[in-house]
Amino acid sequence: MDKKIKIIIYAALLVALFALLFILEQILPSYSMLFTVLKKGAIYALVAVSMNLLNGFTGLFSLGQAGFMLIGAYTYGIFTIPTEARSAVYQYFDGGIINFTVPVVVALVMAGVAAAIFAYIIGLPVLRLKSDYLAIATLGFAEIIRAVFQWKTLGPVTNGSNLLRLYPTFKSVLFPFAVSGICIAIIVLLINSSYGRAFKAIRDDEIAAEAMGINLAKHKRLAFTISSFFAGVGGALLAMYQTTIQASAFKSAMTYEILLIVVIGGLGSVTGSCISSFLFIAASEWWLRFLDETTYIGSFKVPLLNPGFRKVVFSIIIMIVVLFYRRGIMGNKEFSLDPIAKQFKKRFRRRKEVVGSNEQ
Amino acid sequence: MEFINTYLPYILAGISVGGQYALIAIGYTMVYGILRLINFAHGDIFMAAGFMMVYLSASMPLYISIPLVIILTVILGFLVERIAYRPLRTAPRMSIMISAIGVSYLLQNCAWYLTSGLPKQYPKIPWISASVSIGASTTTVVTLITPILTIVLIVALVLLIKHTKIGMAMRAVSRDFETSQCMGIKINSVIGITFIIGSFLAAIGSLLYFTNYSTVTPISGAMPGLKAFVAAVFGGIGSVPGAVVGAFLIGICENILKIKELDMTTFSDAFTFALLIIILIAKPTGLFGEKITDKV
Amino acid sequence: MSSNIMLQVENVTMQFGGVIAVDNLSIDVYEDEIVALIGPNGAGKTTTFNCITGVYEPTNGCIKYRGEVIVSNYPQGKMKKQYLGKNNGLYSKVINPTPDQITILGIARTFQNIRLFKNLSVFENVLIAKHLRAKQNVFTATFRLNYREERRMREECMALLEEQSLLNLKDAPAGSLPYGLQRRLEISRALATDPKLLLLDEPAAGMNPQETQELAEFIRQIKEKYKLTILLIEHHMDLVMQISERIYVQDFGKLIATGTPEEIQKNQRVIDAYLGVAEDAFA
Repeated sequence: MDKKIKIIIYAALLVALFALLFILEQILPSYSMLFTVLKKGAIYALVAVSMNLLNGFTGLFSLGQAGFMLIGAYTYGIFTIPTEARSAVYQYFDGGIINFTVPVVVALVMAGVAAAIFAYIIGLPVLRLKSDYLAIATLGFAEIIRAVFQWKTLGPVTNGSNLLRLYPTFKSVLFPFAVSGICIAIIVLLINSSYGRAFKAIRDDEIAAEAMGINLAKHKRLAFTISSFFAGVGGALLAMYQTTIQASAFKSAMTYEILLIVVIGGLGSVTGSCISSFLFIAASEWWLRFLDETTYIGSFKVPLLNPGFRKVVFSIIIMIVVLFYRRGIMGNKEFSLDPIAKQFKKRFRRRKEVVGSNEQ
Repeated sequence: MEFINTYLPYILAGISVGGQYALIAIGYTMVYGILRLINFAHGDIFMAAGFMMVYLSASMPLYISIPLVIILTVILGFLVERIAYRPLRTAPRMSIMISAIGVSYLLQNCAWYLTSGLPKQYPKIPWISASVSIGASTTTVVTLITPILTIVLIVALVLLIKHTKIGMAMRAVSRDFETSQCMGIKINSVIGITFIIGSFLAAIGSLLYFTNYSTVTPISGAMPGLKAFVAAVFGGIGSVPGAVVGAFLIGICENILKIKELDMTTFSDAFTFALLIIILIAKPTGLFGEKITDKV
Repeated sequence: MSSNIMLQVENVTMQFGGVIAVDNLSIDVYEDEIVALIGPNGAGKTTTFNCITGVYEPTNGCIKYRGEVIVSNYPQGKMKKQYLGKNNGLYSKVINPTPDQITILGIARTFQNIRLFKNLSVFENVLIAKHLRAKQNVFTATFRLNYREERRMREECMALLEEQSLLNLKDAPAGSLPYGLQRRLEISRALATDPKLLLLDEPAAGMNPQETQELAEFIRQIKEKYKLTILLIEHHMDLVMQISERIYVQDFGKLIATGTPEEIQKNQRVIDAYLGVAEDAFA
């Protein structure tokens, strides 16, 4: 396929997607489960892709994602709570010490930058560690961050272990789609650039990558920092979606969830991560909901269906994927229109041939 | 004297919880030594043992339920290995670690389903739940028993590893997986036994731990599990005595942070991780670990 | 022989724990030469390469590239007491670059057990080697502001693959290539870093006589074409004798002989090292 035509087709698809979302919002009631899935799915897609950049593309097994999301969420909340609402939010800390607000978009960028700065600082010592040690150290850092943000002494800034709330949020599903879309596009551009190739080289063979002149420390740190930047933005979006922020929500369980999304989608596949995050959210929030409700058919009570059963079924599905479909939905391939186009062409040609042979 | 009276309970609690961490940490360190796998599900097996005790002791006397809990925990640990880890033996290390995270997620969700997420009261075990007083401070018998029991079990374990045939096989497998396979060691049975020992000690740890804390929730295995793992790393992963030393150290330190005058309770969990990171950066192989170099 | 010196390995000792892998080794490589480093298995040849390329920090000694010291070390810390080698105290500078810094200087290498980026395509394997000299930063690369640089890199790689007749395989995963082509790709990848000095670690390992012959031809060709100086480790004696101008022989870490192929073939110590000597021969 011609490159230009390809770009046009993809752009058209993108416009169609946004148009579809817009129309859906006009016709469906706003409490529809679909919007919950779309909003949360878009946010998780961003976080999953950012994690995939590390685990799938650079081969760094990091489990610090929840920590960086926490930093992003707090940064966003702290700098966007309207000044007049501050005394209500920071009621135990005399309205806090920050008395200005920044626009939402600026705050989103700040959320990313804050997470990135922190990642840059801890990256230097932590990234020298190998595989599982790196995983456990990043997990540890995420826990430390969580404790620090709940610390009373920092209360005037973080509101201690109390909620942050009343900051601007979004209503339309278009907003998380737009922000996540832009961020994911940037990550894809990075992955396909010279630096992305260097990351993949490190993943495949560190020693050979070094022999090819790739500075391991620098490139690992780069991947770590960039991934954290987008995790921070994702955290801010999640805060907007949830309308409140509390440090205790950003547990390691959240990181595990994201990791499972990445694995189900396929390590090393951006589209896989996106698809699987929507599936994951849809399954856990929507499609499997019925498993949680005590159901009667006539007077017969359907066994097992009790609150919590959804999650059990869900984790069994995940285990099946992990054990039997280890490569996930996409493996390390990307979804693309090329095979579909080829299929079309083939069929078209065959018909032509059939027509041609009939004429003879 | 007053100093001791004020702080003794904290130190005693520290030693006791350290012993409990040690019992869990051995499961981590042995599995890591052999499979190079952080068995994220180990903390949840410990939690499952707690729930088994809650449910079993409700319907049968303690002298039956306690052995039964231990047996069931061992079976659970063995099954987890059999179902979730053995099929991935040849897979990349990341896959098997993800599988471990999946099992942990599954066990937590199952526990949540069975209990509807409500904390359950842990049964009182007579005698070890009783209080005793040392000097001016009171504590429970379990606090005093834990370190003793821990040491006894660990000595037994070290003797097993050093002086029996299966122990020798374990050491061989942890040294070189492939070679020991070639030498006719049945890898799967060695790994199975490792999981059995780990789960057995976790079950005993859980009896002691939950007697102290009195309630069990689906996530109450996660934190002790992580801390025990940190203890294992601290002592040099793969080394049993190292894990024990690390566990006692972490138990004591985290309880010292809980002293009211220090006002650092928020950080008692974070401290463990700070310690982990410091040790990883300063001496990645831990106190008693061996150095492994990559061959080019 | 050109008088310009390319690489000087000076009194390099590498000690692991109590074992000396490289013992007070000195090697000189002049510009435009093909020099071979041979020796029985376990003689410390690859370790020597690893010291030159920054994979290991030598325990003692220094390495100069075009007259400039690029690696230098002396026994420190624990090693101070343990050190069993010679020339202790001769060096006092510590320069321990990482392998990527060595590659940037213009020293490229291949590995004994081929280390390609197996999941990446042949083309990407070569393209990655261009990364180190590209004028770009992560920002310009991501937003394609470096498109000229990127185009240049791609064109150079295409040309290189064309020459190595790997172009028709450019989209195949490197891991799927047959063994001989993987060797060739690994050398091509090393060439893509624009080296002046190329270190080949057993390039003919696992090849039959026919393939070895082709490899000899290939090495000569790339040497001419890219104006390379080559230092190679090899066990295939016919290849070594055929293409190298000078040979260093290493045994138990030590240098036991040096000279032209003819001299080496006649050297009794070399013959002994390879064929073994009856114990009483020393008596």
